[in-house]
Amino acid sequence: MHSVEADYKVKLEVFEGPLDLLLYLIKKEEVDIYDIPIERITNQYMEYLSLMKLLNLEVAGEFLVMAATLMYIKSRMLLPADQQVTDAEGEEGEDPRWELIRQLVEYKKFKDAALQLGRREEEQSHLFPRQVGDLGFDSQPDQPLAEVGIFDLINAFNQVLKKASEREDFREIYEERFTVSDKIEEILYTLRDRLEMVFSELFENAGSRAEVVVTFLALLELIRLKRLRVQQVEAFGEINVTKVV
Amino acid sequence: MTIELKQIIEALLFSAERPLSLKEIRQIIAEATDEENPSTVEGFRNVREAQIAIALEEIKVEFDTQLCSFQLVEIAGGWRLMSRPEYAPWLKKLLDEARPHRLSQPALETLSIVALRQPISRADVAGIRGVEVDGVIRSLLERDLITITGRSDAPGKPLLYGTTQRFLEHFGLRNLDDMPKATELRAQAAALKTAEAKAATPVSENEGQAPTTPQPN
Repeated sequence: MHSVEADYKVKLEVFEGPLDLLLYLIKKEEVDIYDIPIERITNQYMEYLSLMKLLNLEVAGEFLVMAATLMYIKSRMLLPADQQVTDAEGEEGEDPRWELIRQLVEYKKFKDAALQLGRREEEQSHLFPRQVGDLGFDSQPDQPLAEVGIFDLINAFNQVLKKASEREDFREIYEERFTVSDKIEEILYTLRDRLEMVFSELFENAGSRAEVVVTFLALLELIRLKRLRVQQVEAFGEINVTKVV
Repeated sequence: MTIELKQIIEALLFSAERPLSLKEIRQIIAEATDEENPSTVEGFRNVREAQIAIALEEIKVEFDTQLCSFQLVEIAGGWRLMSRPEYAPWLKKLLDEARPHRLSQPALETLSIVALRQPISRADVAGIRGVEVDGVIRSLLERDLITITGRSDAPGKPLLYGTTQRFLEHFGLRNLDDMPKATELRAQAAALKTAEAKAATPVSENEGQAPTTPQPN
């Protein structure tokens, strides 16, 4: 038997989830994870839960679900082998603890992996790459490009529009509906795994003047929202559309 | 002065702000041009990755034996110059504010699961951890340590997550095989899938062992 004081200290530890708590109890009781004394562990678990309530700690739903699972396993363990319930999945004859044990063992391995990963993070925090600019999470490489003004944009837009008009002459006319928000989605989707695209690429698949106009409005909106920015290397050169990260 | 392959690579690493892979280094050397002195640049055009690998190894040994304050490190699928840990106290002072905060235990657990089981849905991560993970996933996404990799075919088409290049860099991992417990935890997932396919059968109560023979129905 352990002292009241030890118990008190133990129980005040805050566990992130029910699996955490169970692993802790298994360790504290020095029992075999593959042969959990379900009654003992269940009792301790319940004790811990009531203590949490007593201290007005918020008991997350997951803890209650686990309590129910433990009770269920406990009740099944009490039945003699030949009277075991067979559930729908035909787990006939299976140790009722098995699913929980499997879950605990797997979680424990990930916890160990996380611990080692934490050590690697610690080690890595002593190494510094040569480029200062790359240290932070939100650092950006220097942009040698000049920001593009609204007139450059309109100029580029005008060119695209002219091209679209020429193209349109040879196309069948059919009704299309594009909304600015659709186009915003589309542009963001195109840029989902790259950082930039050239301006003209935005309009490559535009089939009509209307679509070109809507696409352009979407671009303006994204610039206003600071999701995208537009830059060019030289005056009147190709305009790059870059994601703001 | 004659230029050696080793020196070119050293110059690339010196100026790079990210890890350079063998492939990238080869490509850069193959595509570089010099109008004034074309013959020198062209002389290295056909360099092979194996030669680059040897040169990198030589550079690494050189830095190590010369007791440089920096070293050549294999990280995130490439090579990068990094300071040696002994100099951390001064560098930390120099760069204090730029360092990201250390990750929490829940974040580390979630990252381990995503790293070894990717692509994986939120629900599956939560299933392994036994707690809800929405908040952790969101902050890992914000820190660019994980990313959305697609959608699952499962009901509701949940989003799937995977780890990023930044993740490897942050932890100094060469690749995902470099993850702690990589082989074991991946193999376990594969074994579990096979077991599920064969319909759930009891498994011997022994760590890491394959399921016992299915019981006759």
